[in-house]
Amino acid sequence: MHKSPQLNKHGELQHLLTIEGLPRDVLTHILDTAAPFSEVAEREVKKVPLLRGKSVFNLFFENSTRTRTTFEIAAKRLSADVINLNINTSSANKGETLLDTADNLSAMHADMFVVRHAASGAPFLIAQHMAATGRDHIHVVNAGDGRHAHPTQGLLDMYTIRHYKADFTRLTVAIVGDVLHSRVARSQIHALITLGVPEVRVIAPKTLLPTGIERLGVRVFNDMREGLRGVDVVMMLRLQNERMQGALLPSTQEYFKSYGLTPEKLALAKPDAIVMHPGPMNRGVEIDSAVADGGQAVILPQVTFGIAVRMAVMAMLAGN
Amino acid sequence: MTTALQLPDAEALCAALADAMRGHIDPATTALVGIHTGGVWVAERLHEALGLKTPLGSINVSFYRDDYSRRGLHANAKAARIPFTVEGAHIVIVDDVVHTGRTVRAAINELFDYGRPAKIDLAVLVDRGGRELPIAPSFCPHSLSLPAAHKLALERAADGGLSFQVIEK
Repeated sequence: MHKSPQLNKHGELQHLLTIEGLPRDVLTHILDTAAPFSEVAEREVKKVPLLRGKSVFNLFFENSTRTRTTFEIAAKRLSADVINLNINTSSANKGETLLDTADNLSAMHADMFVVRHAASGAPFLIAQHMAATGRDHIHVVNAGDGRHAHPTQGLLDMYTIRHYKADFTRLTVAIVGDVLHSRVARSQIHALITLGVPEVRVIAPKTLLPTGIERLGVRVFNDMREGLRGVDVVMMLRLQNERMQGALLPSTQEYFKSYGLTPEKLALAKPDAIVMHPGPMNRGVEIDSAVADGGQAVILPQVTFGIAVRMAVMAMLAGN
Repeated sequence: MTTALQLPDAEALCAALADAMRGHIDPATTALVGIHTGGVWVAERLHEALGLKTPLGSINVSFYRDDYSRRGLHANAKAARIPFTVEGAHIVIVDDVVHTGRTVRAAINELFDYGRPAKIDLAVLVDRGGRELPIAPSFCPHSLSLPAAHKLALERAADGGLSFQVIEK
């Protein structure tokens, strides 16, 4: 049986903390469950009553607009009450520990925490603490922790790929850019490999690759042109300037020249290749505007699909 | 085990249900909504037999069930499809069997999230009793009584033929 802290004793999702270690059938089940939720947005009343009376706390210890907003919309479309906690005005600034914050919110009868934190493992810590103190009814969703994982982003990326490409087992997928600092890349790689993608490529300069990345089952390319040849899906990553320490890159102009996705480089991929980006984009750094706004980009559909995927995850967790 | 129950002929009941509805609906404006999965099969038959003009709708009540907090989200939920304007429409909800009435309650709630219908009717092949809510079918050609632990399920064969089965829970 699975010993994953995210599964309950019946093997059902109790928390969503990372894609790593989740079996393929669980991932597929989440993607299947998300499909009918996408239809809710087309209704006169964009709401279903599944989480009516539940309180979802968005605990964002790190800035985010898109992720926090889409989690908020997803929870509201499930009829939950949503409370957004902004770190800059919260008591963590006054010295309260992470677990004290979680304890206080659970004393306010929280049913779910959506946690983003700059420290890898913060959502795990909260989930473990809840289990150790007998509060199994509280669910934790990782909305991005440090360099570790961003599972709902990984899942919405898989949903997007499946929407356009159907069969994972015939695809070549390239992940391009700042893999070193990217929790998104880690979640994407685990998801792609679990879902049976035969060739996952990682394209980046040596300074932006974590050591031992090959052990995850990916092919590493330092030359972008070589790496893009014949791929079905190009997943761009944001250059995370705010996390860079020291001189990892000569300049953003140099970076764009070697690793920016231009129409000319994209032409090396399959003609029907799709281009994805988790946002926010740095135009002219990792992606050319002509590509970002071009016909092969599915960057805005990713955002829309993200709401359905987050609705599915929250509805599944709250029901388990 | 009880003695083999004489199960009604689902095909004959589809025809009887269409006959019962004829004259009470307007083929130009009445809309049918089948409840996944059995109700959709029956609604397809009715839609054709009655020659309705409004495209057929379908709903899945998984998001509206009252046992979600106890049983969680049902697997393999299908998306709802309401390809007509609900506001002011005459809608007939179609299901294979009416039992407790909870599924119908959920379906009515769901329809109201698309607009305010002028009138909602309920058409089912079989009323098996056991109601837990004040809900009654408008059109129903057959009634029978079953122990609560038995589930009466409509099945569709590869050739499209419909038949009833009893499953002991």
